[in-house]
Amino acid sequence: MALDSKTPTGPIAEKWTHYKDHINLVNPANKRNLDIIIVGTGLAGGSAAATLAELGYNVKAFCFQDSPRRAHSIAAQGGINAAKNYQGDGDSTFRLFYDTVKGGDYRAREANVHRLAEVSTNIIDQCVAQGVPFAREYGGLLDNRSFGGTLVSRTFYAKGQTGQQLLLGAYSAMNRQIGRGKIKMHNRHEMLDLVIVDGKARGIIARDMVSGKIERHSAHAVVIASGGYGNVFFLSTNAMGSNVTAAWKIHKRGAFFANPCYTQIHPTCIPVSGDHQAKLTLMSESLRNDGRIWVPAKLEDAKMIREGKLKPTQLAEEDRDYYLERRYPAFGNLVPRDIASRAAKERCDAGFGVNKTGEAVYLDFAAAIERYGIDQARLKHLDENDKQLVIKLGTEIVANKYGNLFQMYEKIVDEDPYSTPMMIYPAVHYTMGGTWVDYNLQTTIPGCFSIGESNFSDHGANRLGASALMQGLADGYFVLPYTIGDYLAPDIKMGKIPTDSTEFEAAEKNVVDQINRLMNNGGSKPADYFHKKLGKIMWDKVGMSRNEKGLKDAQQEIAQIREDFYKEVKIPGTSDSFNPELAKAMRVADFLELGELFAKDALHRNESCGGHFREEYQTTDGEAQRDDENFAYVAAWEYKGNPSDAVLHKEPLSFENVKLVQRSYK
Amino acid sequence: MKLALKIWRQNDASSKGKMVDYTVEKIEPDMSFLEMLDILNDELIVKGEDTVAFDHDCREGICGMCSLFINGEAHGPDRLVTTCQLHMRKFKDGDTIYIEPFRAKGFPVIKDLVVDRSAFDRIQQSGGFISVNTSGNTIDANTIPIPKHDADKAFDAATCIGCGACVATCKNSSAMLFVSAKVSQFSLLPQGKVEAKERVLNMVNQMDAEGFGNCTNTGACEVECPKGISLENIARMNREYLKSSII
Repeated sequence: MALDSKTPTGPIAEKWTHYKDHINLVNPANKRNLDIIIVGTGLAGGSAAATLAELGYNVKAFCFQDSPRRAHSIAAQGGINAAKNYQGDGDSTFRLFYDTVKGGDYRAREANVHRLAEVSTNIIDQCVAQGVPFAREYGGLLDNRSFGGTLVSRTFYAKGQTGQQLLLGAYSAMNRQIGRGKIKMHNRHEMLDLVIVDGKARGIIARDMVSGKIERHSAHAVVIASGGYGNVFFLSTNAMGSNVTAAWKIHKRGAFFANPCYTQIHPTCIPVSGDHQAKLTLMSESLRNDGRIWVPAKLEDAKMIREGKLKPTQLAEEDRDYYLERRYPAFGNLVPRDIASRAAKERCDAGFGVNKTGEAVYLDFAAAIERYGIDQARLKHLDENDKQLVIKLGTEIVANKYGNLFQMYEKIVDEDPYSTPMMIYPAVHYTMGGTWVDYNLQTTIPGCFSIGESNFSDHGANRLGASALMQGLADGYFVLPYTIGDYLAPDIKMGKIPTDSTEFEAAEKNVVDQINRLMNNGGSKPADYFHKKLGKIMWDKVGMSRNEKGLKDAQQEIAQIREDFYKEVKIPGTSDSFNPELAKAMRVADFLELGELFAKDALHRNESCGGHFREEYQTTDGEAQRDDENFAYVAAWEYKGNPSDAVLHKEPLSFENVKLVQRSYK
Repeated sequence: MKLALKIWRQNDASSKGKMVDYTVEKIEPDMSFLEMLDILNDELIVKGEDTVAFDHDCREGICGMCSLFINGEAHGPDRLVTTCQLHMRKFKDGDTIYIEPFRAKGFPVIKDLVVDRSAFDRIQQSGGFISVNTSGNTIDANTIPIPKHDADKAFDAATCIGCGACVATCKNSSAMLFVSAKVSQFSLLPQGKVEAKERVLNMVNQMDAEGFGNCTNTGACEVECPKGISLENIARMNREYLKSSII
């Protein structure tokens, strides 16, 4: 099957407008005859549900949490990009497009990224109209900050809780439609299979997680907005419930899975403290605006610090190695995430790590506190040479900007980050790969769409900070509502899709069989036991840096764990009741398949690009070495039974508006 | 650390619950409270017993999914944290810890420590929004300047995570801190003023219909709120309500 991206022709800046002018529309009276299922209620799913319901479609939305407001978009801290150019610093739609394609290491589809940049400004307008309380300046206008990989300030934010505020905006828009009866919300439900009738997605099988009841739901189209699969690593900044299940189930039904190996390892997370750990916590990238990253310059100092004999504040300036500022003078601490993460690993692997495990670097605010303090002292006509006063004034400013993040850090680590540098280390955070979609955000299954983090399309091999929120809302508010209408236009006279067909019956049986197999296998180990084993292999061999041997081993080891899992897993309780362990085991089963495909994809990509770093392919100074001649394509995998049998399809990427160069932030 | 746990077990909404004793050992101070419960659950599975059900998701204090009444306090003994951010360093070796669900008429128990908080969703559905459709044609975001002070106050109110600690803590099971946070956010912003009257009336009506009690100003909700939502919001909501009722 040849992949057709269905990218419109014409100049890049006119594609989306031209497309919108020529698609089929569904008239308002007919929209009420069409049903749409949306799985997931984060920024993408929530905004899509609200908008499609406003347009008049009947929406059935599903989430596994107890309320749509709790989707993990809520945890995004730093901000959302938009090419508003409110700061007059030279930003434009083209620049946002360019930065995103370059930041993604030239592995994204140009037309999608340009559309994203185009609609970015509408997102900010829409959210403000909804009452999202973005940060403002004293003049009452919106404030911006700068993020990694860019040279302009285009990031809008609400303290360190931007994702929360944007999600609550989408949630409020959903609530309005739930109240009107246009969205039927199914909380505490998990999608467990996709139903295809006559070649088109026409429904899902879902489990009511309270009663355990298996339910059939039909619709004229199905939208997957279930987020990313970072939890394949067990430890990640994703929520405990974040899973690949919905995306994996459609993959098994025919949707190609693209670039699974493109994973973002975020440079600023709180380091792992022990084996008991269930999840990792992110410290927003916005902290790199003001924090300086360093390790001791001398190995003996690093050793003393690890043993608790030396404090970081005792180290003189010349004994510190601000390695990002040293290696990348142009971007300094604001290099993109993949680069900052690898640089931290490189220093720690070389023995300069600063916590007990040797896997941590410092993020230091002392210089920022002093700088802000002096500013304030001057502003208030106070003595700028009074060190204590300067620190007090500077601390107030830093607290105002990042207070909730500092508080979060202190609660977890039990150290005061105002007086001693934070310790950070990279952790799995976001997955750029996902279900393959065309320009319409449609998967390779007609009528099955994928939006937000669950698709692959906009971030290439590395996502820039503050772009995930932008993409989720762009897809849901401004892109899908057009493209899905074009798809649904021929279906207006179809009427309700019956759920008593053989296709629904077969899909339901598939789900019930899997549940019974897991419940009745008589094992003795918790699902987490296998999940942790999988996570360790993923982190050690398919993590920040990868090599051929490790990837080959990983594939075999994961296949073995999967076999053991089905023999030895133990699920307590019953399947017809509230059973969190059953839900967990079903997710782990899917991660055990995805993990192997992930390693297979990483092994086949004989180059380094963005978040995918193969040790065999690096420049002499240790930077990622792309191979544009052989690998400038999207790797879309077709399911064939076992992950090892997956068949590769290639979507060639052509760059007509951005010149491919070695990415440099020096 | 070795700890004695007394945990509320209840099969479903219709059955009777009771406190059950458990012991956990080798608990480290750096563990989070929920990681301690993970360890207990893994042990229960190996023993062939049913696990203790509790709600949780983000485990970084922002999704509002986790709950728990720990030693008589919503989200436990620490301040300005959710249960998932509570760490075992707040306890001592040999302690006995009582773990119960959030109890209120409006929050029926689903299983063990898991409660149904969908009443909160229904209150939001009754008016917790601004009626603007998504079109991409709204006015430019900077057309209406908003004083920083108002924007900051609206933000502070908007940080409510909807966990329900306020209800669980209040002797009247009042949801007024939760409802007032949303009412305040919108009443402080020019965008929210258009529907201010209907909003406060509808949300308060729904709050009453869900069986939540009224506010008698004990201030316990503000103390236990993991996000530090101020009691001032309740005063603002009362003002809005009164204004909307008489004009």
